[in-house]
Parts: sequence; structure tokens; C-alpha cells
Amino acid sequence: MLDQSARRPRLPHSAGVGYKPQHFADLTSDPGAVTWLEIHAENYMGDGGRPLAQLRQLSKRFAISVHGVGLSIGGEGALDRDHLARLKHLCDWLAPASFSEHLAWSSHDSAFLNDLLPLPYTNATLARVADHIDQVQTTLGRRMLLENPSSYLAFAESTWAEPEFLAEIARRTGCGLLLDVNNVFVSATNLGFSPQGYIDAFPLDAVGEIHLGGHDEQADDHGAPLLIDSHGRAVADPVWALLDYTLARSGAQPLLIEWDNDVPDWPQLAAEAARAQTALHRVPA
Amino acid sequence: MSVSQTDFRAALLDADRPAPTGLQDAAARPAGRRFDVYRNNVAVSLTEALHDGFPAVASLLGKTNMDGIAGMFLRAHPPASPLLMLYGEAFPDFLAGLEQLSHLGYLADVARLELALRQSYHAADAAPIPPERLGQTAPEALLAARLALAPALRLRRSPWPVFDIWRYATEPGAPQPQAAAQDVLITRPGYDPAPQPLPPGGAAWIAALQTGQSWGAAEDAARAEAAGFDLTPTLTLLLQGGAITDLMTEG
Repeated sequence: MLDQSARRPRLPHSAGVGYKPQHFADLTSDPGAVTWLEIHAENYMGDGGRPLAQLRQLSKRFAISVHGVGLSIGGEGALDRDHLARLKHLCDWLAPASFSEHLAWSSHDSAFLNDLLPLPYTNATLARVADHIDQVQTTLGRRMLLENPSSYLAFAESTWAEPEFLAEIARRTGCGLLLDVNNVFVSATNLGFSPQGYIDAFPLDAVGEIHLGGHDEQADDHGAPLLIDSHGRAVADPVWALLDYTLARSGAQPLLIEWDNDVPDWPQLAAEAARAQTALHRVPA
Repeated sequence: MSVSQTDFRAALLDADRPAPTGLQDAAARPAGRRFDVYRNNVAVSLTEALHDGFPAVASLLGKTNMDGIAGMFLRAHPPASPLLMLYGEAFPDFLAGLEQLSHLGYLADVARLELALRQSYHAADAAPIPPERLGQTAPEALLAARLALAPALRLRRSPWPVFDIWRYATEPGAPQPQAAAQDVLITRPGYDPAPQPLPPGGAAWIAALQTGQSWGAAEDAARAEAAGFDLTPTLTLLLQGGAITDLMTEG
């Protein structure tokens, strides 16, 4: 077991990628610009075997970000204590540089639905999410980052805009924020707001990490573009532009390329990471 | 106007229900197809998880049939935990209960074997004993000894040639299965689960060891099932698989 008090590394202000086991050999021999990795927490909650052995080995070389996709922080019910205990166990032995989760729900009534489902931005949701984040941060003994979702629809009952909603959660709980600029672009297109305006309203001083990923394009019932946060292709050009806009205001940040479906071979993913690294070089010191 | 997660979930898993009222687009029109994005994410990702977890079953059924059955299963048995690595524990029994698959009697056992392979892959690591330790133990002490077996070990007994069917479905050029019952031992030397068919009596011997019986009592159990039980091939499989993790002798 690693001693957490001795060192808690921070994510570097450089490019990382979402870790896929098929890239293990390439990452250990030629990681290119990649200096840190993000893992999905739930894939490393088995009792042993190759996943944990690979992670143990990678953690000696790369800073690791643990990214949860199953805690259902926005769930109407209580947080799953067993799952929270598994997260604590993982964070205790791995001592990752960061832990993050989503402004979303995924479990209800004992069913895990394996998607990041949307929340109405109301005072009731705000209070519940803040309570759950308090519980997570207390249990893990660390500050967490909360990620903005990609949205395909809106709730009529919402009374808050998303950037202000996230800012208030961060203010109440002290959590940091994970800003996914692809999600901003996807939501802005789908819900008809300005992505730059969203960034302008976002509490950038709370940001501890930025995500970049690819999206697909469909159409809604009225023929309007409906972007899908698919993580199955290269980052789109307008998202790179939105990244530049963001970095010019936030300063350098840890940048992560997410590519979870139709995962490319290593050189293509490494090229995306190199492009992210280039964007960082343009940031004024 | 408020949309509860109970309503959301019900509509998510039932395409015949309309999207909940109170979900809308930017012009405050009903969400319509936008809600289908979530329906699709849930159904597609869980169907993929079942394809990944049960590749032999998927191969035997064909993609279209597997997609259809996965769709029924995920609605009847959505995951009970976010650990998708273990999703599908109820799948074998679900397959066994489907009238339209009654002509594929072996399918549920193939699914049980695949589930066991996945459990073995994620099981805890454990160092095996050096094989010499058996030779260094006096025969009478060995017969009285109990064995600890690796957490990654799994045993599947079937009235079907389940190992041959599994191999035929997953390995190009594998031989045609012959009609015979098969017991399968899964060990995990290193990180890859290795399934092997067991000789007669082998499964009874291992099953007895698993319940804490002594080596000798386990041999009696094996002989009760297969009169000419020969220990050597089964013991060799366990040793090669690194599946014996302790030898507990009396005193």
C-alpha cells in the first residue's frame, strides 16, 4: 500500500489520455507526449488479475486520475455505500493524483443504468448533489472534481443555468470542477446557447482538469443538429477552438483525450495527445 | 412538471412509453427523439457488455439473435451494481428459461462457463505452492492433508460437451463437439484463465477439496464416481495452473 500522506501528486499541466488496456505495451515503451493517464474507477474494482497488475505498474511511471462513472452523485436516493467503500479502497491503495465524478445520475431503485443521466437544475437538486459531494469528500479524505455533462434535452423545471449551478456546488462543497469542453460544445449546440458564453460564466478558478473527446452528429425531430457525446472519434475542430478560448482564460490545465469507443491504435491517440500539448504551448505563461 | 427519476427510468427501459413530460428542447418543445439518445445509450452499452462477456453464446446465437435476447435480458435484469465486469450473473438462467431457445439445451451451460471465465479473470491473486512440496510430504500425511485452492479456480460440471462447444464457438478450426458430458476446470496461471476438460472423477476430487475434505477423502469421493479414477492428470492440471496455494498437514 502506498502512503498517501507522504506524497499526493497533482496532475501535471500537460496531456493525458484515457487508458485502454490495448495500449499498455505502447504506453510503457513509447508514451510520446503523454505524462498522465485517466482510468475508469469501476474497471479496477475487481479483486486482482491483470487490470490491477497493469495499473500498479503504470502508476509507477504516470500520474493517475481516477474517474468514476458509477457513483450516481445526482441520484434521488442515498449514495451506494458499498460502491463508495470500493472507491475509497481504490483511492487508498493507488493514491491517485485526482478523483473525479459526474454531475449526473446512473442508478435508481437498485438498477445501474450505465449512462450519465441528466438532472434538473433546481434548488432541491443542488442541495442533494452538495450533500452527496460532502459525503464523498469526507469518505475519501480528498477534494474531488465534478464534471459538467453533455446534454440532449432540458428540464422545464430548471431554475439555474448550468455554469452558475456548478459554481454554487463548488462554493458550497469546496470541490473542484472538471471542465469537458466537448460536452460544452455538444450541449451548446443541442440546447442553443453560446459555448463561449458558457465558458465566460464558468468558475474557471475551480477547474482542475479539462476533457476533450469526439462527438457524432445526428438530427432531432425538427431537423436541428443533435450532437452525441460518443467518445468514438477525433476531437472536432470547433472543440479545439473552444479549448484555445478556454485556456486563454483559465491558464494551463491538465488536458485529457477521451476515446472510449472504436479505440484507435496508439499512434493516432498519441497524435491527439500531442495536439493537446501544442494547445498548451500557446497558453501565455 | 417535475420529472422523477422513477418516471425517467421507467421510460428509459420501455420504448413503448412516451418520454416523460417536462423534458424539452431549447424551444420548449417535447424532447421526443432527444430522449431516445439516453434510451439508446443504455440499451447499446449494456448489449455490448453482454456481447463482450458472453462471446461464445453470441457466436452460437449470431449477432441479430444475441442483440434481441440481450435487449430482453437487460430490461428484465438491469445491472444491480456499477461493476459491469460482473454483469450477467442471471444470464444463464435467463437463457435456460427462454422457450425459443429450448432446442439449444447446452446454451445456458456455455454461458455459465463464460461467466466463470470472467470471474476467474478478476479474482484475487494468490501465489501457488512449489510443486516439490507434494513430493516432500510423506504419503500418509498427504492423504490427511487439506489443500487451499486459488481464488481464480472455477469448476463447471455439465451434461453437455460444454468445453468442446465453447471452443468450437470461439476458436477457428476447433474440432466438432462430440456428444458427451464434460467437466471443466478453470485455472489462471498468470493472468489468463485457462479452461481444460477434466478426466472422469477429476471434478469430484476437486469439488471435495473445495469443501475442505482431506486429500484422501476427496480420492474416495472421486472413486465413488469413477471407479478407475487416476489422480495424476487432474493433479497435473492443478499444478500447471498454479491452483494449489497451500498444503495444510495435520499437526
